[in-house]
Amino acid sequence: MGNLRSVQKAFEYIGKSAIISNDLSIIQNSAKLVLPGVGAFKDAMHNLHSLGLIDLLNEEILEKKKLFLGICLGMQLIATKSYEFGETKGLGWIDAEITRFASTELKIPHVGWNGVKFSNPSPLFDSIPDNSDFYFVHSYYFDADRTYATGICDYETEFIASVQHENIFATQFHPEKSQTHGLKIIENFSKLPIC
Amino acid sequence: MLKHRLIPCVLLKNWQLVKSVQFDAYRTIGHPTATVRVYNARNVDELIVLDIDASLNNEPINTEIITDMANECYMPLTIGGGIKTIEDVYAVLNAGADKVSINSQAIQNPTFIHEIATVFGSQCVVCSIDVKKVDGVYRVFNKSQGILDIDPLQLAREYEAQGAGEILLTSVDHEGMGEGYDLGLLQSFHHELKLPIIINGGMGEPTHGAQALSLGADALAAASIFHYSKYTPDMIKRELLEKNFSMRHLLS
Repeated sequence: MGNLRSVQKAFEYIGKSAIISNDLSIIQNSAKLVLPGVGAFKDAMHNLHSLGLIDLLNEEILEKKKLFLGICLGMQLIATKSYEFGETKGLGWIDAEITRFASTELKIPHVGWNGVKFSNPSPLFDSIPDNSDFYFVHSYYFDADRTYATGICDYETEFIASVQHENIFATQFHPEKSQTHGLKIIENFSKLPIC
Repeated sequence: MLKHRLIPCVLLKNWQLVKSVQFDAYRTIGHPTATVRVYNARNVDELIVLDIDASLNNEPINTEIITDMANECYMPLTIGGGIKTIEDVYAVLNAGADKVSINSQAIQNPTFIHEIATVFGSQCVVCSIDVKKVDGVYRVFNKSQGILDIDPLQLAREYEAQGAGEILLTSVDHEGMGEGYDLGLLQSFHHELKLPIIINGGMGEPTHGAQALSLGADALAAASIFHYSKYTPDMIKRELLEKNFSMRHLLS
């Protein structure tokens, strides 16, 4: 989809190459993996299934411990399940549920720039001031234990803006669309040493 | 806290970016990629570009120039004008846009919004509604068909039901005049929708932005103010911050 190119462009901006691919061998041979995504959870899981990528991703990320960055829907997909358009099972890498913003007062989607409070140290946030603004656009959020949270955002209710668990990193916001600080996150991810 | 966005909204015509007054009297403001580069350097919150040749003259969407502009953009980019099919949406997003703005094609066929939302997600559908006041009543305006007997709020409600992500609400009467947004129009939309509203047309000074935000606008779109006044996006945001509106932290 559209934002694949944006993500690729952000890596190019910091002098790294990124390949857009659903080819199993390219994915296996990559140094790191990024799963961006816009659209609906159910369709995305369906696509991952039909492309035969679920087992491969599990192997690359959970067994080989390849460094992974999920962005927006890509963060939601690593949860246990989502309630968008009925209940759908996710990749289940982090125990979490994807839930719709409940308040009737709120404008949905949550779209625009919002501050992220760094709740746990993360190499992704190196050289970025706490409470920096990042660009969000989503109607559902990642509901999980705060131990995994590295950033918290406030949209009437506090929700998890970014998570980290071993080799797995993910942001609900779009670093590739968040100008200077966002590009810094992309750079920080690309600098992470490959284990 | 979610910040109010300040969004330059410019028009693409004959490979140039232009600015109009009441949807007419186009003036060139610059080369697309150079202009986008300046906006990007100024850290604007987002950018909207509407291709008026594509929508008016039925020309194909200029994906080449969209690609060039998107390559300069590290903030969200919305592209509109002449988008009639799912294939068009795909082409525009594939060129690097993050959202599409839909206007003419959805007026007669609001289910087009539903189609886009289903395939690409609501987050990428901005529904653009142009409004003109006729004998004291707000009516939907369309460049090729003129004034339509459609209530803009009804149309916005329909778009919301079809899965739109945002509403771009433009007053034709106020556009390019620099005398303030159409506050009456905004008032009629206040508390009526759950969708974020981007108000457009008429910002000539920062206080106009403050007026619109007080009446429930979520984001401010503008163009003339950035090109024909002393105000930069940064200065406008500073003034709004001083008035206690939540705006994005500025890079100092």
